[in-house]
Amino acid sequence: MSNELKNNFAIIMPAYNEARRIAPTIAGIRKYSNADIIVVSDGSTDGTVAEAKGAGASVIELPFNMGYGAALQTGFKYALKKEYEFAVQMDADGQHDPLSIQALIQPILRGEVDIMIGSRFLSEGTYRAPFVRRMGMYFFGFITSVLTGRKITDPTSGFQALNKKVMEFYASKAYPVDYPDADVIIMLHRHGFRFREVPVVMHNAAKPSMHGGIINPLYYIFKMVLSILVTLMRKE
Amino acid sequence: MFALVIGAGLFLAIIEMVRRRRLAEEYSFLWLVTGAGIIVLVLWYDLLEKLTRFIGAMTPTTTLFIFGFVFLMLINLHYSVKITELTKQVKDLAQKLAIYDKEK
Repeated sequence: MSNELKNNFAIIMPAYNEARRIAPTIAGIRKYSNADIIVVSDGSTDGTVAEAKGAGASVIELPFNMGYGAALQTGFKYALKKEYEFAVQMDADGQHDPLSIQALIQPILRGEVDIMIGSRFLSEGTYRAPFVRRMGMYFFGFITSVLTGRKITDPTSGFQALNKKVMEFYASKAYPVDYPDADVIIMLHRHGFRFREVPVVMHNAAKPSMHGGIINPLYYIFKMVLSILVTLMRKE
Repeated sequence: MFALVIGAGLFLAIIEMVRRRRLAEEYSFLWLVTGAGIIVLVLWYDLLEKLTRFIGAMTPTTTLFIFGFVFLMLINLHYSVKITELTKQVKDLAQKLAIYDKEK
């Protein structure tokens, strides 16, 4: 990573109760990048905040738990305020391998695209989703591919790199804060943003996914279908 | 007579709550319309019978139930819209506060 770009580029990590995972994640990132790391603690009640600060990250503390999307959006709002030109969003639990940061950010720094989406399915990572989840990913991947006219293999990926224009979009009211996902890719497409997928390495998370349980996946499917439908109905 | 008392009681209770600022004018509207509706239908039984024939119900009681049900649905929908708005505002406030705190 070249030094002149250092101050323009932040890594944004929403974290909810990630003590014992967040410090190794930050240490891992440091091996590959010296970018500023912004951790958004989503109302964590364990040692997440202290651990992240101890590891050298800049920590924003939300007063209560608001969910992944709202925490992520907070990070973008802060990054915009601090006038970062580019950002990488990644998970705090070590699922996203920092080895892939460069592959994500380089095309953005070169101005080739507005947003790069890391796909776990284009690479040889250790990630294996449970059957139902895999079906869901294929289903939404298919819909997203049809609607955007290009092949999207991993529409649920939270490992992305983006420029300021996309950060502004993510910080706006248009961003769906409850489960930002395949619907966001369709929104990006309809707003004319340029995006591309790149292979990234992901590992299985050490803790249950936010899509776990029985009610959550059902709500997720409902929300995603509805969100995609209304996105298509909006004139933008 | 019973319905008239209920209708008038509801109407007065709402006016009183608005007077004491326990209920915002904005929310009082649907409730006041309901109170007034009950009073009108009690005093003007013909209208209730006409309405009953119009919607194809067998008895005036059904008409009242249907209107009551529709009213409750509307007010619930209104609350959902309000909750959505409040949730967004709380989110924006919490984000602003967190960022402000960080910069302090």
